[in-house]
Amino acid sequence: MSRIVGIDLGTTNSLVAHVEGGIPRVIPDTEGRALLPSIVAWTPNGVVVGEAARRQLARNAARTVYSVKRLMGRGYEDVKDELPRLPFAVTPHAEVVSIRINDREVTPPEVSAHVLRALKQRAEAHFGEPVEQAVITVPAYFNDAQRQATKDAGRIAGLDVLRIVNEPTAASLAYGLQRMAEGLIAVYDLGGGTFDISILRVKEGVFEVLATNGNTHLGGDDFDQAMVDWILADIRSRHGADLSRDAEALQEIRLGAEAAKCRLSFDERTVLTIPFERFTYRRDITRADLEALVEPLVATTLGPCRQALADAGLEAAQVDQVVLVGGSTRMPLVRRRVEELFGRTPHSRLNADEVVALGAAVQAQILAGGITDMLLLDVTPLSLGIETLGGIVSVLIPRNTTIPTLAKEYFTTSVDGQTTIDMHVLQGERELAKDNRSLARFDLAAVDPMPAGMPKIEVTFLIDANGILQVQARELRTGKAASIEVKPTYGLTEAQVEQMVEDSFTHAEADVEARLLIETRTEADTVINHVERALRQAGGIATAEERATIEAALAALQAARAGTDRDRIRDLTLELNEATAPLADRMMEVAIKDAVTSRRADRLLDNSENS
Amino acid sequence: MSDYFTVFGLPRKLTVDGEALQRRFYELSRQHHPDFHQGAAAEQQAETLARSAQVNRAYRALRDPLPRVEYLIALEEGREVREGATDKPRAPRELLQEMLEVQEALEEAKAEGMSTAAAERLREERARLEERYAAEADAIVGRAGEWDRLMDAGGDRKPLLEWFKERLATRAYLRTVIDDLTAALGEREESHVSHRRH
Repeated sequence: MSRIVGIDLGTTNSLVAHVEGGIPRVIPDTEGRALLPSIVAWTPNGVVVGEAARRQLARNAARTVYSVKRLMGRGYEDVKDELPRLPFAVTPHAEVVSIRINDREVTPPEVSAHVLRALKQRAEAHFGEPVEQAVITVPAYFNDAQRQATKDAGRIAGLDVLRIVNEPTAASLAYGLQRMAEGLIAVYDLGGGTFDISILRVKEGVFEVLATNGNTHLGGDDFDQAMVDWILADIRSRHGADLSRDAEALQEIRLGAEAAKCRLSFDERTVLTIPFERFTYRRDITRADLEALVEPLVATTLGPCRQALADAGLEAAQVDQVVLVGGSTRMPLVRRRVEELFGRTPHSRLNADEVVALGAAVQAQILAGGITDMLLLDVTPLSLGIETLGGIVSVLIPRNTTIPTLAKEYFTTSVDGQTTIDMHVLQGERELAKDNRSLARFDLAAVDPMPAGMPKIEVTFLIDANGILQVQARELRTGKAASIEVKPTYGLTEAQVEQMVEDSFTHAEADVEARLLIETRTEADTVINHVERALRQAGGIATAEERATIEAALAALQAARAGTDRDRIRDLTLELNEATAPLADRMMEVAIKDAVTSRRADRLLDNSENS
Repeated sequence: MSDYFTVFGLPRKLTVDGEALQRRFYELSRQHHPDFHQGAAAEQQAETLARSAQVNRAYRALRDPLPRVEYLIALEEGREVREGATDKPRAPRELLQEMLEVQEALEEAKAEGMSTAAAERLREERARLEERYAAEADAIVGRAGEWDRLMDAGGDRKPLLEWFKERLATRAYLRTVIDDLTAALGEREESHVSHRRH
């Protein structure tokens, strides 16, 4: 069996990992970076992914897609509240939302496929051979449509997705491999866009998930948004400016808020500085300010924790270890609330950003047969049922049932000669069909015409180890398999995915080299853009000599950019950056009377190589 | 397909060693889980999947004492079993009478616009019913040994089976009334099927 990699396809960042010499490791990019920002941008140069896309985000907000994980497997109704905040245009289809990029409609799985393809290429560059098989993680609380959308993304990216594995469970595997988990473990996973709590029993190499719960629409993104709203109001009162409709400014604020939030996990206070064209916004923010803003959001994670404990038949005090996963668990407030709930200090001995990818690599190694003493028994997070008379749901498979699992149900006809039977499959915990998540409508066709009530059709609902539903049917009198036409309520049809796989071959960048050239050019454009803006705003701050040096470096880069010599474009980009640095520093000093902190310099020079 | 007791190599008895059952569950999972059959032919993989699903279902049915009784009854009666299935309970007559009174009190409280005092009375009523609900479970599980002795001695199990059914029906009925009270009190009851371990 060929090499299988483990991928953490995150809301904010994605990673790829593999097991080498019995130890799971993250595969870094050529610059040594482990995290790939889950951002995809359509630029005049082509599609760029990751850091290069992030750096030009504010400038190209309408064509730069971030946090697409929140749209995966979602319908318009699910996401309409947050659409006004997104700088890209989301087309409100009821079934599958899509994003309008120039004249094309791009679905969330296609966007995710770009991220996956970049990780695939990263792994291929590392191994020097093709990588075609992967284990991809999803939030434990992802429903069937969200899982299927993730699998589709893998296929579009040219990956055979051997397993969809739950993020908190993957994390527990990474801990388990290092013999750092035994007994009853609670994994609290708060990432960029999703929250999961899973309770596991780990015993003699068996990882048995007892219960899981969560919220697939809660994470660091929501904390950032709370800060953005607060900053917008502050700018309005202090500068009299309403930036709420300025897409570029909004993105600058969002990135600034996110960075300040991260700093406040380690510092008690920080200074947020955002230079705009007409003024520079500057504000002291304390950790207490941030905590007051996000407290209600953090509080909403506690209900699911209690529910998961109750479903597992456990009291909080029985839990032996509480493990924190996901970048948002770095916040001291989150740690405090978790500690209060479980009555024990939580830990994150393994890197909270990497542990899920490492666990995915462990699962990949199990599937490859390289690890035989570890076994994962996961559960389905949501109850599966069918709609019955009166719009009531009849549950076939309760939530927290160990997967794989199956249930059988029998159907018959109500009219003489009836040849099709339709059924409506749902996921969720509510009594009425309309309050649950519609998965699909199935048409059982090719029932031989018989008097009403004569056919006896056995339908098997099977949830596989990926947590994805498979349905089979047969007529018991004739023993004939009944064909089923599936109409997924949310998600792509088989034919649509096929088409996208084909398209991806036509549109795919020829090779890694081409992609890298595009990235390098896009980075050059970002720097050129910044420098041109700086020269316009510099006025008398720049000396004539300095201006000449910068303009020469600028011209050289512009000339090189038209060519295809990647190293040359890169070198000249760095040179231009260096040539402009002293001027940028002085501009910052002038803009802000107070001492310039190194962070703010970073902020202005966000095109520097290590940002 | 064999029944769940057979899957675990157990006799049809209600006293089960939980630890041994868990150990056996892990062993069977190691044999049949799809993770360990990734390289197999498609047909064999489908078989493994079905087998693994059966092991998981069997463990869930036998793991806790009360579901074990429910499964056993279904098995003895040759019924198709499905967890969470709402088998319309035939509760004892005196219980129905009593519950009718609770329902009447509930309707009255609703008609009066649910005053604080009325809500308080209903909460007390519900607490009382919750206690009975738990007591029913204890009573059922308390007679498990009796069933096992009948199995060993080859005695007539029918009366005990009927008794189990009646107690389970009572319990199901109590649950319905408790849920109705919770709904009327405006305290959201999320689940329509008990997912909790008993």
